[in-house]
Amino acid sequence: MTRPAPGTGQRPRSWFRRLYGAGPAHAVLMTAGFGFAGYLLTRILGASHPGWILLWFVGAIVLHDLVFLPLYSALDRVLTSRREVSAPQGPTWVNHVRVPAVISGVLLLVTFPLVLRLSDHAYATASGLHESVYLMRWLLVTAGLFAISGVLYLVRRDRWRRRAR
Amino acid sequence: MRPGEAEPTPGADESVPPDIGPRHRRATDRFRDAAAEPPPGPFRAGWWKSPVRGPWLTSYFGSILLVGIPVMFLTGLVSYASYDPRLAGNDTTPGKGILGFYLFSWVTSPSWVYRVSEGTHVILGLTLVPILLAKLWSVIPKLFEWPGMRSVAHALERLSLMLVVGGAIFEFATGIADIEYYYPWKFDFYEAHLYGAWVFIVGFVVHVCLKLPTMWRSLQRYSLHEIFGTPLARTRPEPGDGHGLVASRPSPPTISRRGVLGLVGGSAAAVFLLTAGGTVRVLRPLALLSPRARSRGTGPHPDANDFEVNRVFAATGIPVSATGDSWRLALSGPRTVSLSRAELMAMPLATEVLPIACVEGWSTVQTWTGVRLVDLARLAGVDHAVDVEVESLEKPGQPFRSATLASNQAGDFQTLLALCVNGEDISLDHGYPARMIVPAAPGVHCTKWVSELRFLT
Repeated sequence: MTRPAPGTGQRPRSWFRRLYGAGPAHAVLMTAGFGFAGYLLTRILGASHPGWILLWFVGAIVLHDLVFLPLYSALDRVLTSRREVSAPQGPTWVNHVRVPAVISGVLLLVTFPLVLRLSDHAYATASGLHESVYLMRWLLVTAGLFAISGVLYLVRRDRWRRRAR
Repeated sequence: MRPGEAEPTPGADESVPPDIGPRHRRATDRFRDAAAEPPPGPFRAGWWKSPVRGPWLTSYFGSILLVGIPVMFLTGLVSYASYDPRLAGNDTTPGKGILGFYLFSWVTSPSWVYRVSEGTHVILGLTLVPILLAKLWSVIPKLFEWPGMRSVAHALERLSLMLVVGGAIFEFATGIADIEYYYPWKFDFYEAHLYGAWVFIVGFVVHVCLKLPTMWRSLQRYSLHEIFGTPLARTRPEPGDGHGLVASRPSPPTISRRGVLGLVGGSAAAVFLLTAGGTVRVLRPLALLSPRARSRGTGPHPDANDFEVNRVFAATGIPVSATGDSWRLALSGPRTVSLSRAELMAMPLATEVLPIACVEGWSTVQTWTGVRLVDLARLAGVDHAVDVEVESLEKPGQPFRSATLASNQAGDFQTLLALCVNGEDISLDHGYPARMIVPAAPGVHCTKWVSELRFLT
């Protein structure tokens, strides 16, 4: 039982490690973690609309890992699959599109209920104002980001050309 | 034991007798190989192409979250405590069970403590979004790890990741939706955000316990100095080391590691600059994408009442006439007293500069004038600090139509029944005829349109 397992060399593998796949400390950590998580599940089941909470919990993972992430990865692959990107002559424009697009996308992600006016009634009830200003503000910020990025690209390309000459 | 287990049990090997024909052997091997071979697509190592993905990058984002997430958790717990949920009617999460173990009497000093704590919670939360996204992006190949379960320990470990990943996205998503009044669900935000936070932190602690040594080791691979000194032309994939993060057949790099840090850091900076002005005064002109930090632009300029409102008068259903000359403030304690607004104005008035700070993160400091609550307590025959139930004119059933102030809040010299702000009568939207202003209390406990103060002797 305490004979070193072939391949691992130094460490003798106990029956526990062979059966479980890790040491006892790991098992204690998992037991404590899932024990507490089980208690939390009883709290959630006692809350109002527990089904909605669990749906959102699982839905959040599915939506991020299987929809949102593959979607933006695919968009990025389209952007970077252009030939001038893989075999660049001088500075490439790809990050001058990527950076403003990502920043603008993140800004939209954290403000989309305002930008898309999804909560205008509740917003007006609370603040006495309307969400109508946010779409234009986000578009302006996005335009500004792309403009700055574009100017930086032209400056870089110009500098590279002059150096190449 | 599943087929495809990384370490076949010795018993399984012995079950194949040595004298069996070569044809038979090959068949068993082929079966085992087929089971061990991952399904096509993201389960195969060659699917993942990014040349910058690797343990260093993951650990770098992880180290930021290692600091940021505990701050989020603690400021969240503080916010729950600030509602004084142990007092009658204040608890937004009555089913909390042992999760309220830490609750303490909420403080009144310094008056900015809730403003800073909740401002940090919301602004930091928004700022961490790009870092969380980057961290999740960096580890996505692990979701498609093959074989999916190598051992009981491995299976549990992967299951525990559901707590931390699900908890993180759930908490960030519900938090962002709440500060923007967007509720595409039926559950109660307070309950769900509190329970979600605990699920998240359990997963987080387990994850940190398991991964801290790996993170520490991976961070030693490069110094930040090296990263910032390496341009795109010299960017190479990290050496693989069995974490399954480094691409086996990477594409040529299109961005350097410093570029990735700049992209993520730049996104975080943009979110911070464009939203923090809801709390941070000097950034207010930049707060284009803050849900608040907006002027209502009505009335005379400068308008003493032009600062953020939470719940406008029109939304309450209170008839305007109820706030007119017929309005009386009822004090109930050992003595019962009824006071008109003119009588209140004739009492000794105090002026205090105090913040209104909302759970949604925005806050604003204004100059309030009104009657000290301790003076009103004396009128009601109360000579020592007691808990006070504050009732508003709003119909029963409306959220936060009443709040119970703890004795330390009611006894604080700065606690006012405010009648004026910045030298003018408070407006209907800000709680005319009278509203509570309690130092360091969350905004919803500064009850507006006050109708009655019940001193709980």
